[in-house]
This record gives sequence, structure tokens and C-alpha cells, in this order.
Amino acid sequence: MSNGTATLESTLLSPAEKQVQRPPLVLNKRTMAWISSYVSTIVESDTPRWWWISIAITSPIALLTPLLLCYLVSTGVGVWGNNSPVAWAWDITNFVFWIGIGHAGTLISAILFLTRQKWRTSINRAAEAMTLFAVVCAGLYPLFHVGRVWKAYFLAPVPNANAIWQNFRSPLLWDVFAVSTYFTVSILFWYTGLIPDLATIRDRCTTKVKKFIYGILALGWRGANRQWRHYEMAYLLLAGLSTPLVLSVHSVVSFDFATSVIPGWHATIFPPYFVAGAIFGGFAMVLTIMLPARALYPQLHDMITPSHIDKMCKVILLTGSIVGYAYLMELFMAWYGANPYERDAFWYRAFGPYWWAYASMMFCNVISPQVFWFKWCRTNVVAVFVVSMFVNAGMWFERFVIIATTLARDFLPSSWGMFHPTWVDIFTFIGTFGIFTTLFLLFVRFLPMICMFEVKAVLPEADPHYGEEH
Amino acid sequence: MEKNINFEMKTIETSMTHTNLNNNTPLFGLGVEFETARDLYHAAEKVRDAGYKRWDTFSPFPIHGMDQAMGIGKSWLSALVFIGGLTGFSLACFMEFGASSFLYPLVVAGKPTNIMTIPAFFPIMFELTILLSALTATFGMLALNGLPRWNHPVFNWDRFKKVTEDKFFIVIEAEDKKFSIEKTMAFLNSLGGAHVTPICEDAPVSSQTVDYRL
Repeated sequence: MSNGTATLESTLLSPAEKQVQRPPLVLNKRTMAWISSYVSTIVESDTPRWWWISIAITSPIALLTPLLLCYLVSTGVGVWGNNSPVAWAWDITNFVFWIGIGHAGTLISAILFLTRQKWRTSINRAAEAMTLFAVVCAGLYPLFHVGRVWKAYFLAPVPNANAIWQNFRSPLLWDVFAVSTYFTVSILFWYTGLIPDLATIRDRCTTKVKKFIYGILALGWRGANRQWRHYEMAYLLLAGLSTPLVLSVHSVVSFDFATSVIPGWHATIFPPYFVAGAIFGGFAMVLTIMLPARALYPQLHDMITPSHIDKMCKVILLTGSIVGYAYLMELFMAWYGANPYERDAFWYRAFGPYWWAYASMMFCNVISPQVFWFKWCRTNVVAVFVVSMFVNAGMWFERFVIIATTLARDFLPSSWGMFHPTWVDIFTFIGTFGIFTTLFLLFVRFLPMICMFEVKAVLPEADPHYGEEH
Repeated sequence: MEKNINFEMKTIETSMTHTNLNNNTPLFGLGVEFETARDLYHAAEKVRDAGYKRWDTFSPFPIHGMDQAMGIGKSWLSALVFIGGLTGFSLACFMEFGASSFLYPLVVAGKPTNIMTIPAFFPIMFELTILLSALTATFGMLALNGLPRWNHPVFNWDRFKKVTEDKFFIVIEAEDKKFSIEKTMAFLNSLGGAHVTPICEDAPVSSQTVDYRL
């Protein structure tokens, strides 16, 4: 800084900051008031026309799922295409697909928090909301997969007239506990993060009704430091608890398969492979919903910067490569294990009647994200969006390949069979996308999409020693 | 110094009139407003050193190092969460072994419930430990913070709305042993903030109508 071009700002920087200048997390030197007003106006302003159009499209689609589930329950389980031997068909495929998507939200909110990745602050709120909505969609499937949904309480260890108790050593019961814990903890984490921002909206409200509603939701938060210290501790603990939880949930989901003796499922590689795949698919879904949101609200560009998109693309590249490695390692183990059933299972996956699903999975999950080695692809919004759509599709194919192709071809050729989805299967699944997008549209409209207080806290002037020489 | 004393006297006068205007509702405390986190931080250090106990700083976001600047210790929420986690773990053990060892013993894949088959019971122990810890973390935090609550005297101050946006405040409560309206007001004026205002327990106060800095 001795070349005489020192600006006012550079004289305010500490010597350590002068050496390495990090790119700013919020562009264009925005103030705290700017952040509050730009995030809050999304909630406060009149409903934009595109929102009405979008919700007019998504909410009828969302209705498909409850209507078809009523049809399923009132008619019988035969309206779904799953049957022996493919007894876990689309319902479990879709369950694993949706629960996997949730993992990116928890990863962003918990693991990136513990590793002090400050860039997470502008995307964590929306990603956590996405987690909740994905888990809602996921939870429907195992609930109805039990067949007699009105007997689903049998999964809970409550005393009953038959004096029967659960088998706590079953991975399916582990799943019940894992998914319900995951949903509960995700809600707690999300709501804890929302409290200070709901207080911001409360303090900006102009109408009495809004002030009352947001006032109730903000729980009387007043930003006192004696509150912040408990709050920060609670947030840290929730992050610390969510981190092993998020790794455990998809591991437990993978145990549903890995603890069986079916060739193609019985593999120790499953837990890490499933977790990497979940983060991979989840980040793709975060991009799929954040890029349109960013395009519709241009003021978000200063908070969700090209650097954020670039970093998420790198996560997709890393986890996609882990997933690709796992696919190849599965093939290697099948060959090297010299078990004829295992070898045949993988041969049928790649070259059997479901070869198209396997090929789509390989293309979408392994090949397509490799374009993110190039910076141009990571910074081009259209390219990122296209690849993230490929990954979304690819991760669905992955679960379909694991479930359907494995069950369709097990030990005895006499018990082989194909799975064909019915129209009820197809429209129930389409309906879950409607539920997901409708809930997300409602979230964008009524709650602050960006975690305002955390973004303010990463501004340079939030440092209590800002501008002081040490 | 002379100018300073003069200034203090005026401030007290206006504040007394103001309190009288509000039907003598009890005084909750005195508030002062700051523009930046840095000013709040250094002011908090001075309030701490002056020996006040019943006071608080208010900010739109948690400020790094403010606990030390205020002289308050670490939150002991973690102790509660530890107890919550232990409860979850014990609950899972009680539930699983109660059912599987006593009420309804099962032999799964040729394996009875005994010390050798404990690993298969671990996932549910883990999940319930996490679940009860997380519930304790959230609801414990709310309980320690005295939330939810309908209202608080600080909300009577019109300028306080900005606390969730970009302004920083210190409020010293009238309950504090060291509190005296004259001395505390003079002290707050010396901190370098603006809008020193007496806050009533249950009547709205405004800093806009009377400028206490004069």
C-alpha cells in the first residue's frame, strides 16, 4: 500500500487484511439497512404476477398427490404397479430421491457452519426450507407403502392390545426413527434461525394484522446480547447435532438395502456412497430452485453472488466424482468378489432390460457434472441450470436402478419379473413436485428468503474492531 | 467541563418533565443508541467497568466478543443439552431393551437379545439422543431467554424498532443498584451515543418529540 494509491478503505484495513484481500461476501458494499429492506420487501411488497401464475400451476399439481393417495387407500394397493418381485418400486425410489435432496440443506446449514464457511449465510435459509419440503414429500411414501396406512402407528412403540412390540433390530424401524428425527431437528434448526429475522419483519410491518402474526412468530425476540449468547450456543449445538444426524440419516436409508442378502444391495460401500449421492443431488436441487429465485428477484444478486454458484458447482463436481467412483467400485467388487449372483446382478444392471436407466444414471451423474472442471461452466447460469437438471434426473435414475433392477433379477430366474409403473404411480410422483414447489413459493412469499442477521454479521463493519489498527 | 455540566442539567430537567407527562408510570430504565457495532462494543466495556449489573446491549446480529465486553460468562445451555442427550439415550435403552428383552423377546436371524447383539440397537439410541438434545437446545434456549413473551418495556421506545435493522442500543434498568436517573443519564451521555431516553414500563416513549441531547 505504499504506491500512493491507498484509498480510504485500504487505510482502514488491518495489516493482516491488507496482505490477503478476500472477495467480499456481499457485493457493492451494501449496508445493513439495505439488506433488511431488500430481503424484507420481497415479503412486504404486493404479490407479483409471476407468483400468482406459478402457484396457479403448481397447486393443482400438488393436489394430485393427496387425491391419488385417497384413491390408493380407498381402492387398494393394486393401483400402484409394485408387485412381486419388485415390491419396493416407485414409492421407495421416490422416498430415497426426496430424502436425499433434503441433505444439501442440512449440509449447508450445519456442516458449513461448523467449518466456518461464511458464504453459506445467504443460501442457508432457502436450502433449509428446501430440506423440510423435500422431507415432507419423502415421508408420504413409506407411510403409504405400509399398505394399511391407518395401522402406521404400529411403527411407534406404544402398548397395544396385541401385546406385540417392534423389532428394534430392523433397519426399517431405524428408518422410522431416523427420518422422523431428521424432520423434527430440521424444523427446529430452521425455526431457530428464523426468529431474529421474523423480528425484523415484525418491526417493519405497517398493518396491524401482519404485525400481530409476525409478532407471534418472532416470539418476542428483542436482540439483547443476553439473548444472543444463548441463541448462538443453541445454534452451534444444533449445528453440531445435525452434522452426525445428516450423515446418519442416509446411512440408515442405505441400511434398508445393505443389510439384506439381495445381490446388488448387500454392499458395505452403501452408506458413504448414499451420503455423497444425497449431497450431490441436494446441491443440484438447491441450484434448481435458487437460480430461478435469483432471476426473479434481481436484488438477490448482491447476496447470492456468482461466487456462491461457483462454490456449489464445485461441491457438485466433488460429490459427483465420489458417486462415479462408487459406481465403478461396485462393478469392481462384483467382478472381484467372484460371486456369480453378484456378477449377474451388475451385468443385468448395465446390459439387462433396464440398461436405459443405468445408462441415463451414468450419463447424468458421472459425465455431466464433469463440465464443472471448466470455470466457464461454473459461472454460466444457463449451463449450471442445465447440469443441475441432469443431476436431479440422474439421482432419481440411480435410486430406480438400485431398487427396480435389483429386485427384478434376483437368485431364481423363475422369480424374475419387470416393473411397470401405473398412471397412479406416475401422477402421484408428479404431484410431489407440485407439493414441493407450492411450499417453496409460499415460503418465498411469506418468510425472509435470506438469513438477514447472518448476512449482516459477515459485513466488514459488523466486526467490533472494524477500522481499528491493532 | 463546565459546558458538560450545563448540558447534564438540561437533560435531567427535560427527562423529568417527560416522565411526569406519562402519568408517572414507573421507569423501566434508560436507553442510548449507537450507530455501529464498534461504538456499541466500546460503550459496553465502559458500562461494565462502571459496575452496572442489570443492563443489556441490543444489536441486529450477535457481535463477536460482546460477552467479554459485557463481562458476562458463557451460556450454560450446553449443560442442559447434555442432560437432554443423556435422557434421550436412556429413553432409547429403556424402550428397546424393555420391549426386546422383557415384554416381547424376539430372536432375529437366529440371534437373541443379548450383549452380542447390542450393535443392532445403536441406531435408535443415536437418533433419540440427537432428538432430545435438539429439542432441549431449542426450547432450553427459549426458556433461558424468557421467550416467548408478549411484550417488553424496551418496545415502548419508538427508536428501538431499528434494533432488528441497523441500530445498536444499550439499556440500563432502573432496578440496578447503581442506577440513579441523574448520574446514569450523565454517564450514558458520556458514552458517545445518541438519543438518551428514559423508557417507561407501560407507556410509549418517543425520542423524536424531545431531543435529549439538546
